[in-house]
Amino acid sequence: MTLGVIMLVHTAFDRAEQMVRRWAEGGCPVVIHVDRNVEPATHDHFVHAISDLPDVRFASRSRCEWGTWGLVEATQSAATLMLDEFPSVSHVYLASGACMPLRPVSELEAYLARHPDTDFIESATTADVPWTVGGLDRERFTLRFPFAWKKNRKLFDLAVRLQQLVGYRRALPEGLVPHMGSQWWCLTRQTLEAILQDPKRPAYDRYFKSVWIPDESYYQSLVRMHARRVESKSLTLAKFDHQGKPHIFFDDHLELLQRSGCFVARKIWRDAELLFQTFPQPSAPDQIDAEPNTGAVDRLFSQAVERRTYGRPGLFMQSRFPSSDRQAVLTASPYAVLQGFDDIFPDFQRWLARRTGAEVHGHLFARDRVHFADGVELYRGGLSDHPRLRDYNPKMFLTNLIWNAREKHHCFQFGPADSQGICWTLAKDTNASIWVVTGAWSVPLFLSGRSASEVRAEAARLQRIENKFLKVLRSPQVRARVRIMSLAEFVEAPMDVLQTIIDEIAGHKGRAISEAPRMADIEGLAAFLQDLKNQGMHPFLTGDITALTVQTRRRQSRRKPYIVAGK
Amino acid sequence: MALSSDKGLPGLSGAYRLRWKRRRFLFRIWRKRHEITSIVDRTSDIRRDSILLFSTVRNEALRLPFFLAYYRKLGVTHFFFVDNESSDGTAEFLRQQPDVSLWHSAHSYRLSRFGMDWLGWLLWQFGHGHWCLTVDADELLVYPDCEARDLRNLTSWLDTKQRSSFGAVMVDLYPKGPLGGSSYRAGDDPTETLSWFDQGNYRSSIHAYYGNTWIQGGVRERVFFSDQPERSPTLNKTPLVRWNRRYTYVSSTHQMLPRHLHDSFDLEGKTKASGALLHTKFLPIIAEKSAEELERKQHFQNTTLYQDYHRRLASGITLWHKDAAYYDGPQKLVECGLMSKGDWV
Repeated sequence: MTLGVIMLVHTAFDRAEQMVRRWAEGGCPVVIHVDRNVEPATHDHFVHAISDLPDVRFASRSRCEWGTWGLVEATQSAATLMLDEFPSVSHVYLASGACMPLRPVSELEAYLARHPDTDFIESATTADVPWTVGGLDRERFTLRFPFAWKKNRKLFDLAVRLQQLVGYRRALPEGLVPHMGSQWWCLTRQTLEAILQDPKRPAYDRYFKSVWIPDESYYQSLVRMHARRVESKSLTLAKFDHQGKPHIFFDDHLELLQRSGCFVARKIWRDAELLFQTFPQPSAPDQIDAEPNTGAVDRLFSQAVERRTYGRPGLFMQSRFPSSDRQAVLTASPYAVLQGFDDIFPDFQRWLARRTGAEVHGHLFARDRVHFADGVELYRGGLSDHPRLRDYNPKMFLTNLIWNAREKHHCFQFGPADSQGICWTLAKDTNASIWVVTGAWSVPLFLSGRSASEVRAEAARLQRIENKFLKVLRSPQVRARVRIMSLAEFVEAPMDVLQTIIDEIAGHKGRAISEAPRMADIEGLAAFLQDLKNQGMHPFLTGDITALTVQTRRRQSRRKPYIVAGK
Repeated sequence: MALSSDKGLPGLSGAYRLRWKRRRFLFRIWRKRHEITSIVDRTSDIRRDSILLFSTVRNEALRLPFFLAYYRKLGVTHFFFVDNESSDGTAEFLRQQPDVSLWHSAHSYRLSRFGMDWLGWLLWQFGHGHWCLTVDADELLVYPDCEARDLRNLTSWLDTKQRSSFGAVMVDLYPKGPLGGSSYRAGDDPTETLSWFDQGNYRSSIHAYYGNTWIQGGVRERVFFSDQPERSPTLNKTPLVRWNRRYTYVSSTHQMLPRHLHDSFDLEGKTKASGALLHTKFLPIIAEKSAEELERKQHFQNTTLYQDYHRRLASGITLWHKDAAYYDGPQKLVECGLMSKGDWV
């Protein structure tokens, strides 16, 4: 058996010449199609350069614009020439000047001999595979495309839009089921002859002339009517990015290509000297019969596409700057915002850190400085505790903080006395869970020992700020998980809430609370709040705190054995 | 890809204003063309696919040997230098290099927009159609996998992606001890002396007028500008551009016109490939240089703020802290999130 190679060339003629020689050295007759857009001088020079090779022919030249019929016409004339001129050819391989054989031709021929009567061509129905970039899959077969996509993008789009609008649909030739796939195939002589000599070919050609990107569908569809056995895969390794443009292989992909076991790869960077020197490379004796295995290549490139399309969540940098209106996730990992708890439990921060093992910060947004966990001045990654720096761009401060230690679960205290620039960011972030005990700011005011008349203004200010925050948290744009309870509600059953918080932060590692944090002594709080009311300042966010609520809590704490003041 | 209105496109009239702004810059560059005089002209060696480098230098004899070796290895084939009155033999050194064309200017660095007018004229004359790298002598460009792939790989890849610019963030490198406490000899790799950087304190936002990502932060802000974050140095740059006569840098290489050259990010969270400029400002000679800056008053804002900044630099403070990151190659910057691979595989 003999393998014949059709080579489409339009640029990088020095490399193309090298490739022609590679194929010819392997004993393959080569039919070359040079794009008609190529300058005559360049063309003549190229023809002259390989005139020493006996089994090389040149097909009549068509104009090959991307996505147009010219490409199919080129392969048709080249294939006809191949079949006529070289009767010994049993398989025809379609390649381009940027396709490089990775394994010797003999191994490829042996592979084809092991799969007799098989056509290797990627061919999938459009109904089943959403491959295409740009959204035109089914429609590329049912609309007409009079304008070149590359040159007249606007006219192209307009024509499509118009046809969609009036509901235009072309009739398909009878019996034809549209299939698509990689344009690089390897067909048997028999199949190729059947396609080229089909009496209905003029009708098919007429139809495909106005299909969009016919080089990815002409042979892919017709082969289904003539082939005895279709192996729907391309023997040419080609990878595409998210826009459908081919990835380029560089010198440092050498090992990857060696391991892939593929016969041919594209596109090779034209100056990848190492690759051109290394390949084709005979396989190790035990690997001569190896099937191509593209697993590693596939993984690498699909990772790249994913990286390009989604990026690393929670990272803001020069080439990734998602708008918060279009992204639900603003930070790199989940975190908890706790408002009011440290007012009620003076030692809350230490207690929570001990119970959960999480990274528990103090008031990150305090006005005096940033209170990082463990009170450090510089947090991971060089985050400064300077409040001006933080307030200059609070959102970036938070995303940086969490990105820098994204393996941890962060918790931080928040309150109406802190700077409030971060509120909307917190509310819009799905990674945030926000716990608010409303009115808890009254506890430190009460404990300060100052009279109601002295703290009245301060209480009113804090209440106003907290109320504003609550409004944000109740707005329909909120994506964070929010739990709001009043001080009165919380004091009635604090342990239930704390247990939920700990379960959420520590996950399966969370255990039943054996030791409760010490609550501030709030006996007399009810009277203090009543005093505030008497002053005309109604602390409505605290809920209804009466002497009784406070007492209930005290009784509870005595009754339940696991609530013991800190060891 | 066009910039969407979210990136602050100032509307039709704004676009028109920007167009005129760009023309004014080009006119200014043309008007100032006589401020530089050619010393050595080897531009006839430039081939069609040459990658060019443009830089203004003043007393950089210490950095230039490594700088040239580094960029030659990276694939730069021709260097354009404007020497601004060096007194340490910089001009003599450059004159002897086979791939350097040298100009001289005795005019004010500050009034030439920190050399951008001079380089602008050279870019206009020689850059058209080439990939051009515009960097200072203390900036070393890195990008993902740059150890295995040179600029010819990168630029031809950018060509296939139809990108005509490549962004890089400045990363200040510093030593472990006090500034000035280590030694550096000409030709050494500066990352051996300065091996540390701040990895996670950079702030990005979108510049409302020019539409670029505006990045501030890093060690200089942490140590010197905590009180005035709005004054802290801008770190985003677009050093590598397939040049066109109509392009112009606006403020250093931080911003340029037309705006689409900043289009290295998008609002959906997609990530393009990007690089970094290793900034070797804090080599031991910083003390000397800062003293000179105080004298010369040619830098960005001549405020007391900057005087204090230079005074502290001259006194040899320590920038290192225990969470500083150790630079052991470009991969490290990718892991920290300072640059990204995108679909550059």
